[in-house]
Amino acid sequence: MADLAQADIGHHDEHESTGIDNRKLGMWVFLSSEFLFFGALISNYLLFKGRDFGYTTIFPIELYDIPFTSISSFVLLMSSLTMVLAHDAWSTGDQNRTRTWLLATAMLGMVFIGGQVFEFTEFVLEGMTLTSNPAASAFFFLTGFHGAHVFLGIVMLLSLYGISRRSEGLTEKQGLNLELVGLYWHFVDIIWIVIFTIVYLIP
Amino acid sequence: MATTAAPIKTIFRRPESSTGFWSWITTADHKKIGIMYGYVAFFFFIMGGIEALVLRIQLSVPENTFLTAAEYNAMFTMHGTTMVFLFVMPASAAFFNYLLPLMIGARDVAFPRMNAVSFWIFLFGGIFLYSSFLFGTTGPPEGGYLAEEVSRLGSSANGGWFGYAPNSGAQFSTGTVMDYWALGLQVLGLASLISSINFIVTVFNMRAKGMTFLRMPVFVWMTTVVAFLLLFSLPIIAVALFMITADRQLGTLFFDASAGGDPILWQHLFWLFGHPEVYILILPAMGIVSEVLPTFSRKPLFGYAAVVFAGAAIGFMGFGVWAHHMFSSGVTPITQAAFGLATMAIAIPTGIKIFNWIGTIWGGRVRLNTPMLFSLGFVAMFVIGGLSGVTHAIVPADWQQTDTYYIVAHFHYVLFGGAIFGLFSGLYYWFPKLTGKMYSEALGKIHFWVMFIGFNLAFAPMHWLGLNGMVRRTWVYAEEAGLGPWNMAVTVGAFTIAVSILIFMFNWWWSRRNGPESGMDPWDARTLEWTLPSPTPEYNFGVSPVVTALDDFWEKKYTTDDDGRPVRRENADLIIAELEETGLNPPAPIHLPAPSYYPFIVGVGVFVLAYGIVYNTRPWGIPLLLAGALIVIGSFVGWGVEPLEEIHEEHHEPDHDGNNDGEPAADPTKKAADG
Repeated sequence: MADLAQADIGHHDEHESTGIDNRKLGMWVFLSSEFLFFGALISNYLLFKGRDFGYTTIFPIELYDIPFTSISSFVLLMSSLTMVLAHDAWSTGDQNRTRTWLLATAMLGMVFIGGQVFEFTEFVLEGMTLTSNPAASAFFFLTGFHGAHVFLGIVMLLSLYGISRRSEGLTEKQGLNLELVGLYWHFVDIIWIVIFTIVYLIP
Repeated sequence: MATTAAPIKTIFRRPESSTGFWSWITTADHKKIGIMYGYVAFFFFIMGGIEALVLRIQLSVPENTFLTAAEYNAMFTMHGTTMVFLFVMPASAAFFNYLLPLMIGARDVAFPRMNAVSFWIFLFGGIFLYSSFLFGTTGPPEGGYLAEEVSRLGSSANGGWFGYAPNSGAQFSTGTVMDYWALGLQVLGLASLISSINFIVTVFNMRAKGMTFLRMPVFVWMTTVVAFLLLFSLPIIAVALFMITADRQLGTLFFDASAGGDPILWQHLFWLFGHPEVYILILPAMGIVSEVLPTFSRKPLFGYAAVVFAGAAIGFMGFGVWAHHMFSSGVTPITQAAFGLATMAIAIPTGIKIFNWIGTIWGGRVRLNTPMLFSLGFVAMFVIGGLSGVTHAIVPADWQQTDTYYIVAHFHYVLFGGAIFGLFSGLYYWFPKLTGKMYSEALGKIHFWVMFIGFNLAFAPMHWLGLNGMVRRTWVYAEEAGLGPWNMAVTVGAFTIAVSILIFMFNWWWSRRNGPESGMDPWDARTLEWTLPSPTPEYNFGVSPVVTALDDFWEKKYTTDDDGRPVRRENADLIIAELEETGLNPPAPIHLPAPSYYPFIVGVGVFVLAYGIVYNTRPWGIPLLLAGALIVIGSFVGWGVEPLEEIHEEHHEPDHDGNNDGEPAADPTKKAADG
């Protein structure tokens, strides 16, 4: 992942017409597509969440542990803050602090994933599985895909952390990678805010 | 010169050849990738065409027994899937790849190696989809097979190109064929998503100096609109395909009506992708036609801005009309009225385009070369298809027409008479740029007329066949229905089209070898790619162009007299000669993306991964899945530590005297740079 820094040829004898680096623009464009992806998953859940399926079953909404999920949501939100701090530290040239905040971001992400694993386990133990009813399917699908996105983000953060441990730290070029991972990470957070509000909080 | 850094350890030795087999496998050159897209798309066009002919043999006479019902289902499903996902989309991608950087004055796309990834994922996705003929299975229905349920062709996807649930779900499709279909489309969608991001960034960031948005050729504009349509519609079909795959593999209940799931949801999700998809198929052809008509009418495109904005409007509105595919599936009357109106409204920007094209031809000095014939054919056929399209917007009429051959007639008029005529127009138009040779005009015209007649013979009768009640997707029809004679005519038309394709293939093959030299600007054209030598040099532009006007090249060649007629400037030939000279002998070294093995390996990894998912219940399924994932991840790691650029210096004319300033005896530098 790390040295995708070299993945464009725009720098040398040509210019970027918009003034935005190719990879950054590419990330923005990609994330705009991701919004539609989660949009479809969320609509899918909304379609099924209150339906009468004509048989006895457990709905996700009966099992939510709002205080618990609020805490894990808070953890994820804080990881956005640490991500910003990591970038800030990098831009002031402080490699040590960059490393620390990167690791902190990844660990907060892992705490969130841990919370999700715990939540899923609880739900399954209480009798709601992927195949219980369409609403349960849609719930696991939506939050599962979000979890997969967080997991990918953690992998990227840890790769960046690995690179930053080299003696020269994160170079000028890799700073852009830090920014790209940051964009992605904030996107994953924003989507979680939407999911938490629509899926968990609104009855 | 970032590449002179210390050599970095890589798993593979850096590929170096610029000719031969490995140069194609490892290339990151947008032109080579475009050519590969073109040939692979054409191969699948032949496959889809053979499937169509097989269907037409079956339907040529009533109560025919040439195919069984199972074989017929497989054939029409694969015909539709192939033509949409494996022919028209990649054929358009071939044009995007080859032309987009040339038309905006760039050396390559924004992400050259990602571009190669798109191609390899597409190719392996296509092979994966077709491999279901070898490995796919259909489960036996309760009580065993009836005679018409036996397939002698091997098993392939059989649920239609739209794969409607619950027919495609675990309950009614128990074998693996719909897994192949769903995953194949998922893989192809991934390829298209990557390339759409690439094209958007290329258009936004890689334009030459002075190439403002409203100086971009219409083809570039249509490419951009298509890229956005892909960007916003592919995630939706991705979700739908994940859902159907999960229904089949993991037992989720999204589309299982007996458990409270919702089969209509599949239709919504599919068509929310599927309707933008038809604009994804047609807009590139509209872009091609918008380049060809002005060139062969020797006039600027009439109402350039209107054509551009109409294209963008079609793109926007394309997301708001999907339910017109579902009028008969029980959506509410309000929905029907709203979507009917929206569908009629989309005729407005389309009409704007048609009138502007006619305005372009009007009063021009028209040359009827083959590309022009195909473009005129496009306009005429697309008008017919567009008008029958408006009749579907009238809900009660649609109830009558839906699932009949009237619909088949409509979408073949817009997608064959439209998209494919447009693509052939482009193939002939840019053939000289691609090969440096000129095709045989006589054979080209014969191809056009045979195809035009065959096309109308094949698809016009479907209008009245449909209105007389001939039903789609049914492998036989009764003798008493009186549909036999026209069906025979349709079959004759289909074979006439096949003959015209053979003529085209011969023309292509023969002209590549024996055609006369075309020169750099055989059509006296308007856009930047014609300022380059033919065939295009590997580095595209010897010197990055500076653009000062819409149709910049034309403005350099022509001025207007008092009556507004174009007059060739006295120094036009000199300008062209200078352009050719700098094109062949660039004054300074040029950076180019170096070839790489990794894009190809990513494609292989995705291929293996897809089999792993289909066979995840077998003992070797999960290991296969993990192996595929590892190949993909591993190649991205290898990719990460691989430098991108090489310095291009060895492509000067061999007889060049070497006194260009700043040009050393180059080759050693280049090898060093490759590390």
